[in-house]
Amino acid sequence: MSNQAITLHYDIDAVDFSAAGEASSGVKRTLNQLGVNPAVVKRIAIAMYEAEINAIIHAGGGAADVEITPERVEVKISDNGPGIPDLEKAMTAGWSTASETVRELGFGAGMGLPNMKRYTDDMKVESKVGEGTVVTLIVNINS
Amino acid sequence: MSKGYSHSVLLDEKLCKGCTNCIKKCPMEAIRVQRGKAKILNDRCIDCGECIRTCPYKAKVAHTDSWDLLAEYKYTIALPAPSLYMQYDMNTYSRKHIIAALKALGFDYVYEVARGAEIATIQSNKYLHEHKDELPLISTACPAVVRMIQLRYPNLIPHLLPIKSPMEIAAQNARREFCKINSVDPEEVGVFFISPCAAKMTSVRAPLEVEKSSVSGVIPIKMVYFKILKLLSKMKEQEVDEIMLQAGKFGVRWASTGGEALSIDSKRVLYVDGIQNVVKILDDLEDGRIKDIEFIEASACTGGCTGGPLTVENMYVAKNRSRQQLEDEPIAYKEIEDDELQNTSWEKQIEHCEISKLDTDMFKAMEKLNKMNEIYQQLPALDCGACGSPSCRALAEDVVRGKAKTTDCIFILRRKIRKLANEMMMVNSGLDDMAMGDSGNSLEADNEN
Repeated sequence: MSNQAITLHYDIDAVDFSAAGEASSGVKRTLNQLGVNPAVVKRIAIAMYEAEINAIIHAGGGAADVEITPERVEVKISDNGPGIPDLEKAMTAGWSTASETVRELGFGAGMGLPNMKRYTDDMKVESKVGEGTVVTLIVNINS
Repeated sequence: MSKGYSHSVLLDEKLCKGCTNCIKKCPMEAIRVQRGKAKILNDRCIDCGECIRTCPYKAKVAHTDSWDLLAEYKYTIALPAPSLYMQYDMNTYSRKHIIAALKALGFDYVYEVARGAEIATIQSNKYLHEHKDELPLISTACPAVVRMIQLRYPNLIPHLLPIKSPMEIAAQNARREFCKINSVDPEEVGVFFISPCAAKMTSVRAPLEVEKSSVSGVIPIKMVYFKILKLLSKMKEQEVDEIMLQAGKFGVRWASTGGEALSIDSKRVLYVDGIQNVVKILDDLEDGRIKDIEFIEASACTGGCTGGPLTVENMYVAKNRSRQQLEDEPIAYKEIEDDELQNTSWEKQIEHCEISKLDTDMFKAMEKLNKMNEIYQQLPALDCGACGSPSCRALAEDVVRGKAKTTDCIFILRRKIRKLANEMMMVNSGLDDMAMGDSGNSLEADNEN
C-alpha cells in the first residue's frame, strides 16, 4: 500500500510574475482533496511558492515535480539557470543576488531558501554553476 | 433543512430553466444542474448572492422574513442597515426623513446599525492593539466571507476578528435600550434588520459566532423600499426634526467598501470587494504572499453592502450619494455609552467545515484522485457546463464522488453514440455481406439459368 503515490508535473513559466504560484496552488488543491491537515498544506504551499519564485527570478523558469504518498510530500523544483556559486551564503537569511528590478517588485529579500528550510522537514539543494539548480522540499504529512 | 447550517439563497423550481448561468458564476462551485433544474449544495453555499444577480429567470430567491412577522410582536424595532439610506435621493431626503418614515411605518423604535458599526470600530481597534501577534485581522462584518473562510481557508480562521457584527451589536443594544426606557419585557419586542443581503438572514437563523442572534427578523431593503418611498414626501417637518441621529459619518460610511477599514487605527489596511477578488486576496494571504498588512476588510459584494443583492438603487449611484451626503456630517452625534460596549465579543469560536476531501481514508482519496485525473483527461476541457457541473474538473470530481456520470458530458456521450452507431453499421454491413453472399449465390444461380 505504501508504494501508492500521486505524481504531478508543472512547467514553471517565466513569462510574467503573475503566473508564479500556479504550481503551488495546484498542489494545494490536490492536498486538500486528499484530506491532508490544513497546517501541513500551508507549509508546503509557502515553501513551494518560494521555490517557484526563485526559479522564475533567477533561472527564467523551470519545472516542478511533486510526489505525494500517504507519508509525505516531495517537491522537486528544477531549473537550467546559472546555478548557485556559494550555497552556504545563499542559505543565509537576508543574503540575495536579486536585481534591483526584482527587489522593486517586492521579491529578493534574501528569505527564499531560509523560508523553504523553515517550512519543510527536509530540504536539499543541488546546484552546478552554469548548469542549473534542483531544490527538493520534503514535508511529512503526519508531522 | 439539513442540521446545523441552513442557507438563505433558495431555488424557485418553477422559474428555473436549467441553464448554466448560475453554476458558472458561483464562487464556491455550489450549484449543479440535474434533471433540468439547478440544485444548490447546502454544505457549500455561502449566501453571497452571486446567483441571485446572475439568474436571468429570477429563479434564485433570498429566503427572508415576511412583513407579517412584525404583527407577532407587541413592540417592534427597526435596524436600518447603513446601505438603506443611499437607496433614496439624499439631496431631497435626509437620513432623518428615512428614520421618520420607518417610525411612520409602525416601528416603535429605530436604532441605526451605523451606530453598531461605530461600536464595532471601537472594539476592533482595541482588539487590534491587544493582539499584534495575530495580525493581519480579517473583518467579520460580511457573513458570506466569514462562511467562505470557514469552508475554504481553515488556516485563516485564527485571523478572523472575533467582534460581533454591527447588526448583532445594534440588535442587542436596541432591545436593551428600548426595554429600559419603556419598562417592557424583552420577549415582547421584535427587532428587525432592514437588510441589503441574504447572508445576513443566515447569520440570524444559523449564527456562527453567537449562540442565538438578537435579531428577530430580517426584512430585505427591496421589500420596504416602496413603503418608505411613498411616505418620504408626506413626512411633516416636525416629525423629521424630532428624529435624533445616533450615528456619525464614520458609521454610515460602513455601507460601502473601505468604510470599515478606514476607521481602523492603522495605515496598513487593505479593503477588497467582489467575491472573486476576495478569493484572490484570501488565497494570497493563506499562502503567505501578503505581508505588511494589519487589517483586511473583505466584502462579497462589489461596492460593499451598498452593492448587496437585496438593494434597489444602482450601487455606483448610491455610493456617489453617500459621499456627497457624508461630507457635511459630523463624526459623532451622540457619545457611545459604556452599556453599549458590553458583550460585543464572539460567544463561540468558528470551526472549520471540511468540503474538499474526496474520502476520509487517505488511500481511498488517492485512488479517487487518480481516477479523477483519468476522467479529466477524457473530458474536452471546454468547461461548457452542459453536463450540469461548473467545469470539466468539477465533473470529474462529481463522478468520483458518485454524483454524476461521465456520459453527462455531451462530448463523451456523442463519442459513445458515434462508436455505437459505427458498431451498428459494422454489424449491419456484416448482415448485408451475409445477405449479399446468399443472394449473390442465388443471382449467379439465376444467371446460370
